[in-house]
Amino acid sequence: MYHTHKEIEITARHTLSIIVDNEAGVLARVIGLFSGRGYNIEHLTVAPVDLKGTESRITVVTIGTPHVIEQIKAQLDRLVPVHRVGDLTESGPHVERELALIKVHCKNNKQQAALRIAEAFRAKIVDSSHESYIFEVTGKTDKIKAFIRLMEDTGLVEAVRTGVAALTRGAQAL
Amino acid sequence: MSGTEYNGAEIIINSLVDLGVEVIFGYPGGAVLPLYDALFDQDKIRHILVRHEQAAVHAAEGYARSTGKPGVVLVTSGPGATNAVTGLTDAMLDSIPVICLTGQVPVHLIGSDAFQEADTVGITRHCTKHNYLVKDVDTISQVIHEAFYVATSGRPGPVVVDVPKDVQIFTSTEFHKGAVKHRSYRPEVKGDIKAITEAVTLLVGAKKPIFYTGGGVINSGPAAAQLLCEIVQLTGAPITSTLMGLGAYPASDKQFLGMLGMHGTYEANHAMHDCDVMVCVGARFDDRVTGRLDAFSPKSKKIHIDIDRSSINKTVRVDVPIVGDVAHVLEDMLKLWKAAVLEQGKQSYDDWWAEIEQWRSRKCLNYSSSKDKIMPQYALERLQALTKDKDVYFTTEVGQHQMWAAQYLKLEDPNRFMTSGGLGTMGYGFPAAIGTQIAHPDALVIDVAGEASIQMNIQELGTAVQYGLPVKIFILNNEYMGMVRQWQEMNHGARYSQSYSESLPDFIKLAKAYGAHGIVVDKPADLDAAIKEMMATDGLVIVDCRVEKLANCYPMVPSGAAHNEMILPDEAELQEFEGGAALV
Repeated sequence: MYHTHKEIEITARHTLSIIVDNEAGVLARVIGLFSGRGYNIEHLTVAPVDLKGTESRITVVTIGTPHVIEQIKAQLDRLVPVHRVGDLTESGPHVERELALIKVHCKNNKQQAALRIAEAFRAKIVDSSHESYIFEVTGKTDKIKAFIRLMEDTGLVEAVRTGVAALTRGAQAL
Repeated sequence: MSGTEYNGAEIIINSLVDLGVEVIFGYPGGAVLPLYDALFDQDKIRHILVRHEQAAVHAAEGYARSTGKPGVVLVTSGPGATNAVTGLTDAMLDSIPVICLTGQVPVHLIGSDAFQEADTVGITRHCTKHNYLVKDVDTISQVIHEAFYVATSGRPGPVVVDVPKDVQIFTSTEFHKGAVKHRSYRPEVKGDIKAITEAVTLLVGAKKPIFYTGGGVINSGPAAAQLLCEIVQLTGAPITSTLMGLGAYPASDKQFLGMLGMHGTYEANHAMHDCDVMVCVGARFDDRVTGRLDAFSPKSKKIHIDIDRSSINKTVRVDVPIVGDVAHVLEDMLKLWKAAVLEQGKQSYDDWWAEIEQWRSRKCLNYSSSKDKIMPQYALERLQALTKDKDVYFTTEVGQHQMWAAQYLKLEDPNRFMTSGGLGTMGYGFPAAIGTQIAHPDALVIDVAGEASIQMNIQELGTAVQYGLPVKIFILNNEYMGMVRQWQEMNHGARYSQSYSESLPDFIKLAKAYGAHGIVVDKPADLDAAIKEMMATDGLVIVDCRVEKLANCYPMVPSGAAHNEMILPDEAELQEFEGGAALV
């Protein structure tokens, strides 16, 4: 038996920012590390962020005990194409946003309800037909979830979310 | 740098020459023919033709571990690359610098399931420190240099460079010269001086300190082993080592307690359990070392020196982490320790040593000797005694014989003991011995083997004979996969499911078939003569040493037990352990 060292530790949600070389296979390396070592991925976004396109920024939202989060950061940090790993949750106040597109099929009363809710959530209509809308909504994960939940009653067809993008507040970079 | 035009294959070979490579272990195939063609017309790099790609990687590991230089492997695409995977994983787990060049199908065929195509970078992503697929011949020299830099700096490891066949043929004038400045990978070697100061304060105040050292000391280089000896001897503290670290500190010294862990000595494990300050130097608290984690050395403050930050607090929480290269950190530690002792004086460890001597007097490595059967422990004691004045290197396969080798061969110098620690790869020892012998042609290189393990890369007899390598294969033949049998005895009611080696070859005839020499010995009285004959014979020798079939490897910490709950040989009744079948 590989003895499992059970400790009562509280798990927490952490938003990690990882600056990587924008090279082939780098995302597979990062994801492979999470799956190979049994860590969670709640959200994942990735895209090149500098003008030359040589660096990408990966934002991962993960859940784990403080010990696991510490290991995740150390393991990420030793991947060769990783430049920096930042823990936005730990480093202080930060801004988190995600974007969602939500398709709703509705008529009459339900249509009115959908539009009212959309207005309250400051969602934009980005496509419409006789009986359907696609709403675009941005915000924190909780807001997106709440919006989707409310839309379930008005005829939700399908939804897509980008996952979290996040930056620390203030003038400093990661 | 621009200049004359060369094809990709020539650029690779020239880059390897620039990097000081003298030997490549490899096996040709369709996707590396241009590289083999480039090797044909040069005399700077020697190519050693193995009989299986896994052996090429183990040979490169043996070369690397016995020299401190990186090992280089060249294999073809598809099956060549997949056969290398076990070797690469072995090098990954034991942090051995290996550069493995793999052929790949031409760029335009990648992804088409072409003949001998495998997604080599995909497959090896998890078992290498880093890997590259080179699609542009202009970058190839740079990539080769970078691969060497990555493989050898920080915590070493294997790096794969996958080169499509057309890239080997295209020409370029681009050559990389000089040092590599990697964009993102620049590991720190100097430890944080504040942490080192804190560590020294703990150490100076300790009443029951212990040094627990591992493969990181050997990887750090000869200076690290030197500094380790100095600090251990100045402090007067006991020292124990992992399997990977054996030889970094001379085993004959009285401060050395032997190996620790599952088959470690009674005194080492008890001292680890009862110490008040533990200095872990380049080791990683592996589960074979710690035993049950919540009972591991409960009363100690722990200092952990490791070049890899992810090793720190991975399983065991430590009080003073120091991220850095062992040699650099020990140098600083030594200076600070001397200054602190001048000021505060040195603690006496007399009481601590008295305690240790009591554990030591338990003589945990004693075994019941036999007049008519060769005990495996006795065979290794004699092997040790008769080779101790030689320039000798040992490799091992994996299993009981490996643990006995670790216990009974007294290793005095680093880089002299090559064994598969992390991955536990049967079939490692013989190819590793080949790589070691290539690096040290005049040395005595002995592969301590079991009759089961040796068969996992037995085809390399051809390689050894082809290059006139006088490797000595010393088989402790008990006709069982001994460690499997031992666990079945302990945990599965002695139901020896599939662990008996039926239809064993006649190793003497096998040696003969390859043009080598074979010796069989089954009486204790004949053992010395057999070992002497082995050493006196030029060329490859197989010794088929028939040992007691049912001997068990003790002392032992059963998996899942605390590291001070050891089974000693004289107490070991054939009892079954409760819940033993679930142990790993």
